[in-house]
Amino acid sequence: MARTVIPFGPQHPVLPEPVHLDLVIEDEKVVEARPSIGFIHRGLEKLAEKKDYNEFLFVAERICGICSAIHGQTYCQAVETLMNVSVPPRAVYLRTIWGELSRIHSHLLWLGLMADGMGFENLFMHSWRIRERVLNIIEATTGARVIFGVCKVGGVRRDIEPDAIPGILAELDSIEKDMRDVTKVFLNDKSVKARLCGVGVVSKQEAWDLGAVGPMLRASGVAQDMRTLGYAAFSDIPVVPITRTEGDCYARCAVRCEELFQSVEIIRQAFNRIPPGEIAIKVTGNPAGETITRTEQPRGEVVYHLKANGTKHLQRFRVRTPTFANLPVMLKILPGCDLADVPMIVLTIDPCISCTER
Amino acid sequence: MSPDAIDIVPLEALLERVKEKRDRGCRLVQISAARLPEGVEVTYSFDLKNRLSNVRVLLPDDGTRLPSISAIFGCAVLYENEIQDLFGVGIDGLALDFKGKFYRTTVRFPFGSTKAPAPPPAPPAATAAAGPPQNTN
Repeated sequence: MARTVIPFGPQHPVLPEPVHLDLVIEDEKVVEARPSIGFIHRGLEKLAEKKDYNEFLFVAERICGICSAIHGQTYCQAVETLMNVSVPPRAVYLRTIWGELSRIHSHLLWLGLMADGMGFENLFMHSWRIRERVLNIIEATTGARVIFGVCKVGGVRRDIEPDAIPGILAELDSIEKDMRDVTKVFLNDKSVKARLCGVGVVSKQEAWDLGAVGPMLRASGVAQDMRTLGYAAFSDIPVVPITRTEGDCYARCAVRCEELFQSVEIIRQAFNRIPPGEIAIKVTGNPAGETITRTEQPRGEVVYHLKANGTKHLQRFRVRTPTFANLPVMLKILPGCDLADVPMIVLTIDPCISCTER
Repeated sequence: MSPDAIDIVPLEALLERVKEKRDRGCRLVQISAARLPEGVEVTYSFDLKNRLSNVRVLLPDDGTRLPSISAIFGCAVLYENEIQDLFGVGIDGLALDFKGKFYRTTVRFPFGSTKAPAPPPAPPAATAAAGPPQNTN
């Protein structure tokens, strides 16, 4: 049978950011996918050689608009490790709360994009309507909606006043109820299931061998979540990774749906346990040494590798983002799928190309 | 991460050490390169049961090439192409070689190169007369 090459991206309705795939197809089946990235490489890692390590935090937070809070947190954790700085407990809890709010809005964003990709516009709008309410909480507590800029080396820049907590928790209760309604549709609707069930299946072994991370890995049955390492307040608030065994697009969607409620519960626990006290300590001097720090972004494990030589500039700043780790497994599952399923498979890795190219 | 969590090995022992990691059931977490005065340091990080272990090699600035581990960990190709593009490290045995086109950086080898970059080919006289050369990076 004759083969045809169909270009997919870099501009495509389901792609929020540019990535290109040459899809080799026979009839309607994809037999090969050749990736091409690099359209938006920004050279942020190189910038670390020119920016003071405190200034560079603002760059790290801009690696990704959606995971900005956890990028800032991970960068600060890595520098604090190098400088042997202990962050005040209240700041640790605040970082956890903002990190989980960030996870909820990221997952809701993804659910909306997924619904949009399926042509389910009503579901897309409901998902993003709820996300707006999460962003409102973030704005009320940090002053910004997407790139919060609340973390700093040694703690956080803002506090959440005790008087504000009951209102936030009441709003979260209401958001949780709305999320239950929306996720019921994602998990039970016949048309959604028809698009996702049995599509893009990755076995547990394949996902592990190909270095998958986050919901992509957990949806194939591997219970791995970097929050179990106990960073931030996760030493006090244990996290049990949410897993599924099907390994298909539906399982990846289901893992993210369940993680919404897990994050709400973590935020509730964090507000119940948050200790009083200062939110930052003064940090002086320059970092020295080397560290590899891992945290759990909404899209999966992020790895920060920092080398410092005692000057105000980092010797090396390197980030491995979750999408970078999930690209190989995506390329593995595309061959054999129907052309019409390509958008679903690409979307279920929750691709963030800005993160990937840094 | 303390320095003793990094296993520094000679280049010849790299593939064997990486195979050991795979046979133990490790996941490849990342490959990271760093420019040092004496060359490029390449660190391979592995995860097993949430424990991180690292294998490191040093490539001197004399054109020494790095063996690809993509036959052992298929997902290594993206990391290796990235290192090839950003650090100018030559890599042998890449399962999928983008030949320097993985990232479209305006600066070739922004972190330096372990090898002297090949001089750009002189344009034919007719092409040169037609207009300015295109930046293909």
